[in-house]
Amino acid sequence: MKTICLYFEIHQIIHLKRYRFFDIGTDHYYYDDYENERSISDIADRSYMPALNTFLEMIKANGKFFKVAFSLSGVGIEQLEVHAPQVLEKLQELNDTGCVEFLAEPYSHGLSSLANEETFAADVKKQCEKIKEYFGKKPTVLRNSSLIYSDDIGGQVAQMGFKGMMTEGAKHVLGWKSPHYVYNCAIAPNLKLLLRDINLSDDICLRFNNSEWDGYPLFADNYINRIANLPEEDQIINVFMELSALGIAQPLSSNILEFIKALPACAKMKGITFSTPSEICMKMKSVGNLDVPDTLSWVDEERDVSSWLGNPMQREAFNKLYSVADRVRICNDPRINQDWDYLQASNNFRFMTTKPSSNSLDRGIYSSPFDAFTNYMNVLGDFINRVNSLYPDDIDNDELNSLLTTIKNQGDEIEMKTKEITRLQTKLEKMQAAEDKLKAKVEKVKTVSKPVASKPVAVKETVVKKPSAPKPSVKKQKTNKEQTAQSNIVETQTETQSAVKEEKK
Amino acid sequence: MKVLMFGWEYPPHILGGLGTASYGITKGLAEQGDMEITFCLPKPWGDEDKSFLNIVAMNAVPIVWRDVNYDYVKGRIGNIMDPNEYFALRDHIYADFNYMNVNDLGCMEFSGRYPDNLHEEINNYSIVAGVVARQQQFDIIHAHDWLTYPAGIHAKQVSGKPLCIHVHATDFDRSRGHVNPTVYSIEKNGMDYADCIMCVSELTRQTVINQYHQDPRKCFTVHNAVYPLKQEYQDIPRPDHHGKDKVVTFLGRITMQKGPEYFVEAANMVLHRTHNIRFCMAGSGDMMDAMIYLAAERGIADRFHFPGFMRGKEVYQCLKDSDVYVMPSVSEPFGISPLEAMQCGTPSIISKQSGCAEILDNCIKVDYWDIHALADAIYSICNNDSMFHYLQEEGKNEVDQITWEKVGLWIRQLYEQTINK
Repeated sequence: MKTICLYFEIHQIIHLKRYRFFDIGTDHYYYDDYENERSISDIADRSYMPALNTFLEMIKANGKFFKVAFSLSGVGIEQLEVHAPQVLEKLQELNDTGCVEFLAEPYSHGLSSLANEETFAADVKKQCEKIKEYFGKKPTVLRNSSLIYSDDIGGQVAQMGFKGMMTEGAKHVLGWKSPHYVYNCAIAPNLKLLLRDINLSDDICLRFNNSEWDGYPLFADNYINRIANLPEEDQIINVFMELSALGIAQPLSSNILEFIKALPACAKMKGITFSTPSEICMKMKSVGNLDVPDTLSWVDEERDVSSWLGNPMQREAFNKLYSVADRVRICNDPRINQDWDYLQASNNFRFMTTKPSSNSLDRGIYSSPFDAFTNYMNVLGDFINRVNSLYPDDIDNDELNSLLTTIKNQGDEIEMKTKEITRLQTKLEKMQAAEDKLKAKVEKVKTVSKPVASKPVAVKETVVKKPSAPKPSVKKQKTNKEQTAQSNIVETQTETQSAVKEEKK
Repeated sequence: MKVLMFGWEYPPHILGGLGTASYGITKGLAEQGDMEITFCLPKPWGDEDKSFLNIVAMNAVPIVWRDVNYDYVKGRIGNIMDPNEYFALRDHIYADFNYMNVNDLGCMEFSGRYPDNLHEEINNYSIVAGVVARQQQFDIIHAHDWLTYPAGIHAKQVSGKPLCIHVHATDFDRSRGHVNPTVYSIEKNGMDYADCIMCVSELTRQTVINQYHQDPRKCFTVHNAVYPLKQEYQDIPRPDHHGKDKVVTFLGRITMQKGPEYFVEAANMVLHRTHNIRFCMAGSGDMMDAMIYLAAERGIADRFHFPGFMRGKEVYQCLKDSDVYVMPSVSEPFGISPLEAMQCGTPSIISKQSGCAEILDNCIKVDYWDIHALADAIYSICNNDSMFHYLQEEGKNEVDQITWEKVGLWIRQLYEQTINK
């Protein structure tokens, strides 16, 4: 039985305002409020709301038959919160039907997966929490920004505990293979991969309204017939696109929503079902490894990262941005974090592309890639200055890295020891309970027992005194302090152990 | 195909962009193989490159019969024209010009420059053109810039051959809108008589259509190009400014048309934020003193330099020594100089009001009045190596693709269209 996995991306960036280099150091607000409000309300009116209403109708009309998945970027949610809360309400309403799944993705819609593992992990975690807050469920399937994927990213995603991941069914990776199966990551066999069907997806999101296209006009029954006529073994048809494709890329006047609306009925007739990504990951077995040594994405004909990192300017901007990734994490300053999320958005890099295929690209306020680069670098210059003022520049990254590893190792050690302490503590409590019981028994027999309780109480006190997780800092003295704290803990532990030993006696 | 061309300047003795463009166009056409070009110049110096065209010296064309022998003519004008040509031309004198101020050979003198009695020279030039047009055999007439339009019209009326005029600039560009009525009337008259109007950019074409009320169907855009740098100039080394002061250059006539004051104002904004940049305003012109005054008034004279007029190799040394080339022209019909800067590997910032902006991608374009954008772009190139290198390499690659051969081919097509019309 074939099943269609429908997935839509909801993401809009926070637009940067015109930021001249003389603003560096004097103006720390980088965003174009007017453009943000205008663009998001426009998209919400013309695309998100009509599309989501259609989905709700479809779910109501088809019971549990029709299912759909969404992913929202964190910055996209923030935009919607401020300028179009009705979209979020509608999504919650959809969520209540139980036919909708929300996926994880990096909060910033950025390229951190290519630059810094920890930033990527934190980025995803932040978005998962936000999704949980809104929709009550932690996502189990991840889609990276623009479906960026490689073996290494897959490995990391598996480590982060995700069951499945989405990526592009790019021909240069699949070769003779079909995207209509579940594959698994080459270095993490537990991570299942869902591959986008390029043709069936692009027919809707790229070509639907193109009257010069051979398949024009596209009808739902034709579309479903094409799926039904695929070989018997092809079971999963992944149709992934941006939600704005319905209404912006393909205008509502093309009746694209009528087309979408007709899909479930046609599918039902042919015995084709709808599934969410996590259902597929749960039910289907992987047919084999998929080797992706080079990075994939769903953008442009090349399906790689060249539209964000194709020219030296983009790479410089990218490297400059992520050169402060560790510092930003350590600062953990709310305003810095917020700007960090907004500046990471991959769209900022896309504006700087010089690829000839990008002639029709909407560059927003920028007239050319150079303009986009200049503006972004000005903003970045100010941002980096702010980070550096919180976290001095004179410490070079090597030193920083070693300090970071020390802190991290110490953190890990402390965590381990805390665990050990709690383990011992519970053991102790158990023993104490056993002892109390014994005491009670003995008292019953009216025999006098030794008072042993004094020692464990002392232990408890030291455990309570245990310093909370060390605050990260650069200053070596502080690290030293922490080391002393560390040795204190070790002492505490030995004390505990000796106490336990005595208990055992 | 035979072309009779009227021009005013020709390398190596040039005063502005017109001479360079004339050379490029004739060379590009000559490379078609079957083009015979006769180029009329008011005052050639004898050291022009005559390998691919025939130069007619207008100051050696007789308009009054003088009985002189071969050796005398050879002695007088042998260095600029074949004496046989003189006698051939003498047979086509068409009216009595004895009242004119002619010399011992029956010829008129030209300054070949842009003197105060320019209108008189233009008129004389067209009188001489009448003799040339009667003597020469040709299929089409091509007149460069308004100075030669009357000559072109005259030649057309004498021979009945179609006239192409090449609009290198209009008076609207030179005067920021306050046109000189005499110049305008000469320009308009030339355009009215022309069968084909070649404009150096779409910008100019629109001016011709809207300000001179020409039929868009006979106006065509023929963008200029640039010749590969001479080996001598290519070999000039680029100084490494890494860690030192960067140099931002303006190179051209310091006149209203070129927007020098916007360059000074942008420099002022840049210098108020950074100190590792120097500005250089090369060239001379009527606004030079005002600019020196402005720079002093803004308090940036210590980092703002005026090296004066440059010629030949100096120009390329200056360009190679720069990290940014800026052309903030208020109205530039084409503007070959940014192309030359890009050939030298210097990233360019040009105004959107320049014709060359239509064909360049790997340079930064700003509105001439937008000094904030201009300052920002200067700062960005000076501070971001990746952008500097990208513009340097891609800019050079791009300019190398813009050749006079392609322009020649296009002009040839237009000739054929015009003749067959």
